[in-house]
Amino acid sequence: MTAAKAAAPSPVLPTDNYVTINNISKTFDGFRAVHDVSFSIRKGEIFALLGASGCGKSTLLRMLAGFEAPTAGTILLDGLDLNGLPPYRRPINMMFQSYALFPHMTVEQNIAYGLKQDKLPKHEINDRVQEMLKLVRMETYAKRKPHQLSGGQQQRVALARSLSKGPKLLLLDEPMGALDKKLRTQMQLEVVRIIERLGVTCVMVTHDQEEAMTMAHRIAIMEAGQISQIGTPAEIYEQPNCRYTASFIGSVNLFEGTLDEDQIDHCTIKTADLDVPIYVGHGVTGMTGMPCAFAVRPEKVSMSKTRPEQMHNHVAGIIQDIAYLGSESVYHVRLQSGKMVQVELVNAVRWGSERFAADDAVWIYWEDESGVVLTA
Amino acid sequence: MKSLFNSLRASSSFKGMHWLVTGFPYVWLLLFFVVPFLIVLKISFAEAAIAMPPFTDILSYAEQKLTINLNFGNYAYLFEDALYVDAYLGSLKFAAVSTLLCLLLGYPIAYTIARLQPAVRNVLLMLVVLPSWTSLLIRVYAWVGILKDNGFINNFLMWLGVIDQPLQIMYTPVSVYIGIVYAYLPFMVLPLYSNLVKHDVRLLEAASDLGAKPWMTFLTVTLPLSRAGIIAGAMLVFIPAVGEFVIPELLGGPSVLMIGKILWQEFFNNRDWPVASAVAMVMLAILTVPIVLFHHYQARDLEGRR
Repeated sequence: MTAAKAAAPSPVLPTDNYVTINNISKTFDGFRAVHDVSFSIRKGEIFALLGASGCGKSTLLRMLAGFEAPTAGTILLDGLDLNGLPPYRRPINMMFQSYALFPHMTVEQNIAYGLKQDKLPKHEINDRVQEMLKLVRMETYAKRKPHQLSGGQQQRVALARSLSKGPKLLLLDEPMGALDKKLRTQMQLEVVRIIERLGVTCVMVTHDQEEAMTMAHRIAIMEAGQISQIGTPAEIYEQPNCRYTASFIGSVNLFEGTLDEDQIDHCTIKTADLDVPIYVGHGVTGMTGMPCAFAVRPEKVSMSKTRPEQMHNHVAGIIQDIAYLGSESVYHVRLQSGKMVQVELVNAVRWGSERFAADDAVWIYWEDESGVVLTA
Repeated sequence: MKSLFNSLRASSSFKGMHWLVTGFPYVWLLLFFVVPFLIVLKISFAEAAIAMPPFTDILSYAEQKLTINLNFGNYAYLFEDALYVDAYLGSLKFAAVSTLLCLLLGYPIAYTIARLQPAVRNVLLMLVVLPSWTSLLIRVYAWVGILKDNGFINNFLMWLGVIDQPLQIMYTPVSVYIGIVYAYLPFMVLPLYSNLVKHDVRLLEAASDLGAKPWMTFLTVTLPLSRAGIIAGAMLVFIPAVGEFVIPELLGGPSVLMIGKILWQEFFNNRDWPVASAVAMVMLAILTVPIVLFHHYQARDLEGRR
């Protein structure tokens, strides 16, 4: 299961456990929304909880904010036990999905709301509001009401409001959920820029993998109330630890088979889809004969009309469908076993996609290091 | 192409329907509001007479001269006799205090119902409306049985030994307040409920998240956002309560001076239709102020929601 190329474990720093979540569970009327989840978040990082709807990510976020009480487990923030603290006593602020701006208050009043609760002197509140407006570049909109703002502007105000009190932890609930696609890409980078400039630790919840990968330093993949993998976007993508993660993030071709040979530097997998066992350039800690899967991403598979010269990792098939996406084309190739494999080729040359047509007989192949073995 | 023509024809015939539909309320208002209003206005400028109908005509035509006799004496009379001014002020006071009591009682009711499960909400709303299915007269009479000297409350308190003399509740302002608050409470609860039930729970969470304690959240978020509901409910209680006749007549004693009672007396006891009409006209003028305010706020609220 462990990979040959796993990153060397870095020494544990005191800032590594800024937020510690210990064996947290949440049950609603017998339904386990979150089940025995433990992990920690580093100071200053943007941490994304990524998963399909109903996976428990929002419940976990609401437990951090204090809107839900955990059924079991503890949450520590910078050494402070959050259990039993109501939301208004936590040094945590949240940017809500679709923002939840107060409709009867101006932009300024929205941002000042949290500061007023702390009974700060008036000039201090004003200074802080101006600072926040400047941070999100909304100075000229201070007197507007939320309904007079566009979606992107509302989001800036919501961000400013959640940052105004200088929270120890910022929570983002589906931060880009209410924006259209074009604005989303732009705001993702802008929000990250603001958060990183302030150095605030941030936990975000999203179902959009692109958003998580763009914004987060580390991602936790959640499935059925549990965390299936935590890692940097690249680790999650290139080194998925289970079939769920591999297929949830991006596209993947999974070849089910059994472990045939297991060495330190390589292993082979017997599968019904290829005549010759798949040769993988890393070892697996497992028993020979155990069931496992080989996962390879579509863009790491090559295709040609002639038989490739390499000994392993090639198989013949027929192109069934072509999805032309402009910058790249995705070919759906049917193998002799009946299995469908996706191959993604970059259209680096103009009209490059016309090399292959539907019903062409082709060979697909990949390098020894292109894929990973999944045992879970 | 042919079907397009047909649909165009159909739409033009709908245009006629459209006028019929929008015209109907205007015709209704003309027949049942404007015409009666003008009749009452006319009578208010007439003089009382022992005749049938019991007032003089304001238009007379004799010797090829049309004479219009407008008698402003009825209006002047209202301000000369302290009885009328006191009755107007009394009505405004009773209506205002009752409205406040309805708000204080109705807001928690509406708030609680709006926060419950949808299925429970409907049952409770039903219970709020249910008494209105019985005639108001009967329900007010029932209060007589409860409030009178040997009524339910006094008998119960005497049986408990808390008091040994019956409390004088009947025929006092207290009984009138009880009656008005009881009768008009649903008109406060329903608009407040329909406002509060639409509130976004996440706004309360946002306030709490930003450090507001629950009562602060209520004062700074829930209360200001329910202003439209408060105004609507207050107007629905205040406006009819000013002209209320049945409740002060049945529950209030001679000390309870309300304009509805005076109006009735002028009309039926004194048979002075012109003065009664003038009383009604002035009451309408007084009520115009809150009605205009109500529409102003309602329009602004709709504006804000867009």
